[in-house]
Amino acid sequence: MAGLQLDGLRKSFGSNEILKGVDLALADGEMLVIVGASGCGKSTLLRVVAGLETPTAGRVQIDGRDVTDLDPSARDIAMVFQNYALYPHMSVFDNMAYGLKIRGLPRAEIRAKVDAASALLGLEALLERKPRQLSGGQRQRVAMGRAIVRDPKLFLFDEPLSNLDAKLRVQMRGEIRRLQRRLKVTSLYVTHDQVEAMTLGDRLLVMHQGVPVQLATPTEVYARPADTYVAGFIGSPAMNLLPGLLGRNGTMVRVADADIDLGPQRLDRPDGHPVILGIRPEHVVLDASGMTWPVEVVEHLGAEMLVHAGRPGEAALTLKIANGTPLSDAIRVSFPSAHIHVFDQATGLRFESIGSGPSSS
Amino acid sequence: MRRRTLNLIPHAVMILAILLFALPIWIAIAGSTQDSAAIARGDVSLIPNLSGLGVYRDVLMNGSAGAGPVWRALLVSAGMALAIAFGKIALSLPSAYAVTFFRFPFRMAAFWLIFLTLMLPVEVRLIPTFQVMSSLDLINSFTGLTIPLIASATATLLFRQTFLAVPDELVEAARIDGAGPLRFLRDILIPISGANIAALFVILFVYGWNQYLWPLLVATDPKLDTVVISIVKMIGVDTATEWNKVMATAVLALIPPVAVVLLMQRWFVKGLTEGDK
Repeated sequence: MAGLQLDGLRKSFGSNEILKGVDLALADGEMLVIVGASGCGKSTLLRVVAGLETPTAGRVQIDGRDVTDLDPSARDIAMVFQNYALYPHMSVFDNMAYGLKIRGLPRAEIRAKVDAASALLGLEALLERKPRQLSGGQRQRVAMGRAIVRDPKLFLFDEPLSNLDAKLRVQMRGEIRRLQRRLKVTSLYVTHDQVEAMTLGDRLLVMHQGVPVQLATPTEVYARPADTYVAGFIGSPAMNLLPGLLGRNGTMVRVADADIDLGPQRLDRPDGHPVILGIRPEHVVLDASGMTWPVEVVEHLGAEMLVHAGRPGEAALTLKIANGTPLSDAIRVSFPSAHIHVFDQATGLRFESIGSGPSSS
Repeated sequence: MRRRTLNLIPHAVMILAILLFALPIWIAIAGSTQDSAAIARGDVSLIPNLSGLGVYRDVLMNGSAGAGPVWRALLVSAGMALAIAFGKIALSLPSAYAVTFFRFPFRMAAFWLIFLTLMLPVEVRLIPTFQVMSSLDLINSFTGLTIPLIASATATLLFRQTFLAVPDELVEAARIDGAGPLRFLRDILIPISGANIAALFVILFVYGWNQYLWPLLVATDPKLDTVVISIVKMIGVDTATEWNKVMATAVLALIPPVAVVLLMQRWFVKGLTEGDK
């Protein structure tokens, strides 16, 4: 049975359509991360699932039950907010217990549930404290605890780590993943951070302007981005996207004055078809017989360095190579055919090879 | 050392200001224990005459020429100030809650109507308000004394500002937890607005306690004299004024609002510094 199912979900605010038809099905216990730039509709989607916004059209089903017209409290969900949204005047215990109290659970049962959740999260010593006496990471844990004690059918996370510093974010990211695996609760996690998206999700949903553009495993999204938007959004630094023309029966792309061989790939488009060639900065290799690019800026990142090449006003190329590699004013590079992506210039969509493609899962 | 001389000037200014504020109060305290005739001559000693302290017992129990016993007036004043403070808070909490958190037809119209009453305090609409109270047969009653002063917008506006600062996520978290509107008001909104409620209570209590014009007009029955009215009545036009009793009453009238400010201040400063939001 599907943990969460969305059918044709749309949401407009006045004449402004934020969600333009979202269909989605999550397996029971699956963690799906929704990622996208701000304004892509990812938070609205989460709020519609939570029942905090009413959809303009479409249905929401949680654990096989249609909850579209139900109040948030009747949907059997729990939500973790970006700013934690803890009740400031209540102790940690009361924060976690409040929802259970409203549901009229017996005191002993509330006590047991809160104790279990706080043991899981290492909050036992903090139960009597007020939220303002806690650090950011501890508040985050309380917010998680408040979600866990409800024992919901669905967890909703709205950028829960954005307010934490970088180090704590990495730590909490791991904790959330471990907890979700252990509790096996279907989860929807919204973030704009692609590292969180790649590390947390069983699957990834990339959204762009209210439309889901790709739904796949993180590896798949990285290896085979569905269009130029996903290609530019996932991966840091972003994938190089160079305009060019298809040639030699669809086995070569002409970029500027260089012919780039697609190796075993062959694309089913006439020669001269305008395309965009994509290659990730980490896949570009230095090659004495390759095409020449003038170096503009070099950034040192520690183990690696980023080389920005190109002439002003023309296509730019970024390389990620080992730090300390000797460089001159101009570099010669080549693009290994196994790592080349080709997109249609008009639609931005990925071309699939009709010959043998790059071996990636 | 330069610092020390620089500090001297502000200190001198402060001491002067304190004297300026404290001296009249001290004169009232000292004067209340002295001979009425001496005060009338302008002959007030700054040293209290401890044997004259009995005047407090006297005014509390018997009052003075022209006014009844002061304990009664104090009771009326306290009742009025508390009724106004609690009444206004009780009225403006739900109204501010409604205009801030709920979408209903003519919401902004309702808000502006409430806002408009700010420009029309009782003093401005004195005669029509008296007319209304008279038609309702509320002249010379405690209800007539307090109701018109309760209905005003100040508190509603202040609570609206407080409520607007409540993060949306808090409201949403409570919705997901299953708290209905009244439960949210009681369990979350009122507790986190505690500091503001306390601050407002102080302001409204002092406002109510110091009312003069409306009580003067609406309550002619001496049983409903507030302590402020009593002081005025003691200053006789025909009879000789017992100035020591006037001063004693003034000192007594001062104590409750000062006490409220001091007691509540501790409470709301605590609320503010602990940063509830």
